[in-house]
Amino acid sequence: MEIKMENLTKVFVAKDKSEVRAVDNVSLTIPSGKLIGLLGPSGCGKSTTLYLLAGLLRQNDGKIYFEEDEVSNTPPEKRGIGLVFQNYALYPHMTVRENILFPLQNLKVEAELAKQKTVEMARLVGLESMLDRKPKELSGGQQQRVAIARALVKTPRVLLLDEPLSNLDARLRLQTREEIKRIQRETQITTVFVTHDQEEAMSISDEIVVMKDGVIQQMGAPQDVYDDPSNLFVAKFLGNPQINVFDGVIKGKKIYINDMVVGKSKLPDGEVLIGIRPEGFIVDQEKKSPFKFNIDLVSTIGRDTTLIVDLPSESDNILDKKSFKAIVDAMLRIQSGDEIHFIVRPEKMFLFNMEGERLE
Amino acid sequence: MEKRNNLKAWLYLAPLLILMGIFIFYPLINAFYISILEEYRPLAPGGATATGYTLSNFARILNDELFWQAIKNTFVVAFISVPISILISLVIAVSLNSIPKLKALYQTVFFLPYVTNAIAIGMAFAFMFHKDYGLINLMLSWLGIDPVNWVGNVATWWAQMGALLVYTIWGGLAFKILVFTSGLQNIDKQYYDAAKIDSASKWTVFRRITVPLLSPFILYISITSMIGALKAYRTVIGLFGERLGAQQNSMITIVAYVYKYRSAYQDVSAISYAASAAIILFFITVVFSLIQGVVSRKRVHY
Repeated sequence: MEIKMENLTKVFVAKDKSEVRAVDNVSLTIPSGKLIGLLGPSGCGKSTTLYLLAGLLRQNDGKIYFEEDEVSNTPPEKRGIGLVFQNYALYPHMTVRENILFPLQNLKVEAELAKQKTVEMARLVGLESMLDRKPKELSGGQQQRVAIARALVKTPRVLLLDEPLSNLDARLRLQTREEIKRIQRETQITTVFVTHDQEEAMSISDEIVVMKDGVIQQMGAPQDVYDDPSNLFVAKFLGNPQINVFDGVIKGKKIYINDMVVGKSKLPDGEVLIGIRPEGFIVDQEKKSPFKFNIDLVSTIGRDTTLIVDLPSESDNILDKKSFKAIVDAMLRIQSGDEIHFIVRPEKMFLFNMEGERLE
Repeated sequence: MEKRNNLKAWLYLAPLLILMGIFIFYPLINAFYISILEEYRPLAPGGATATGYTLSNFARILNDELFWQAIKNTFVVAFISVPISILISLVIAVSLNSIPKLKALYQTVFFLPYVTNAIAIGMAFAFMFHKDYGLINLMLSWLGIDPVNWVGNVATWWAQMGALLVYTIWGGLAFKILVFTSGLQNIDKQYYDAAKIDSASKWTVFRRITVPLLSPFILYISITSMIGALKAYRTVIGLFGERLGAQQNSMITIVAYVYKYRSAYQDVSAISYAASAAIILFFITVVFSLIQGVVSRKRVHY
């Protein structure tokens, strides 16, 4: 089911009467049957947006539509949503079976059918054998799946997940990530999930929505957003290691960093910020490129080598020192101290004005 | 090393243990002892005397109609007042919790009885239950109900018991509400959000979320207030004075029975009767606490 938000705004008023616009005039359409990741740093309004969709928070302004239905003022229990809380909020005194059954009982589903659905759902999340355990007796990952089962058993129109993986250890996180994607594919329920982990968002979402200060920065397929960020914030937020940002100038259709030419541009002369993804550096074996540095640190992990280069700086203060990272093929056997000439792949280089807005 | 630590631990515990020994363990054991003395005269010239050991003290009070009256009164008070007051205080605590603004004010109001003298309240209640001038009968008259003689000389047993129960329940609310409101604060708000998402009605939330999550507190309150109710005495004195009822001894409780014989300490064996009744009360209390513990094991969620 398609979800549409129109000019959604949520303002929190603190005790000292200061206002925080947690969600600021957000308009967004979430296509039916897709898995959408709401992504951003903490305090960006992503969780607030999710709770507005759930109805646990009420917006100050704006509208929410589920398909043609306006649900802006519908209480949560009438919205037909399933919500998985960050720490699952499983009822600790109920068994897994009772937890999953609970929403069905409230919806007055006929007892036999409810039982059958509960078992079906437990099977979907792979917890059939654990139905009579209490949440305490389950691992974090299993608890999380119970929470998903409880959210899905009433066949909601929308599934909302609040930081679903943040309480899991690294290995379990990868596993559960796949699990969520599988369950979403099988059920085809429009799913919105919130995360601050860009890798997580990029790996399972059909589309990601990047937020900052309550405002949507960009929305699109994960790879599209990564390859074509609309501003410096998005460029920096996606990608690990982070994108390298250089102070640069454009002079006579050429782009310079530290007086070295790194590429061409049709933009007028002036100062710019240049973002180059770590994988955007190619080592020039013929040593012809003018873009060259002495390598300070080399760390090789498997097939990739990360080169760390300190940029020359006028200040002696260690905090002013800037460095950048380049990821190159480990086969090149580069060592610290080597002088390396780099060629920058144009498609991995983005130009921003000093306010961080994308140029071109 | 371990031994020295043990010594230290005993040392730290000593003040409490000594006080408990003097004021709790010794009297308890002494009560057992006195209850089996034959013809005990605590004030005999030249020191207390007894002619031997016997169980006849127990036989004597178990054959005393007044003792069975005390048992009946005590049980009725305990079995009716405890569940009702728990239910009422639970409802009040939950309602208090859902009105954040006036919560502090109401909490104070509900806690006032706890810090007010029971005898004073008893007198106020006695007046409220007065046949001709009392507030209760006035309110009943609004509903077209004839005035009831609650605490007067010719009041029926149930009328007196009714008044006593109302007073007992009301007097016990404050502490229960306090415990339950603090218990409610320990429940994660997220369960309520989850229940909302799960389309639970308010009643379902209360029955299936609040009560189970509050169950350790409910168990604590039900055990302590059961013990308290079995020891009922102050309420009877407060409401009826030393006659212990509208008619002489009609509302007597086990503790009041104990006190009656204890006051008659000059009489032969009177103290032994008091001790025997106290011992019987002790075992009744132990049995009920154990039963509650066992019954609740299945239902209490920690």
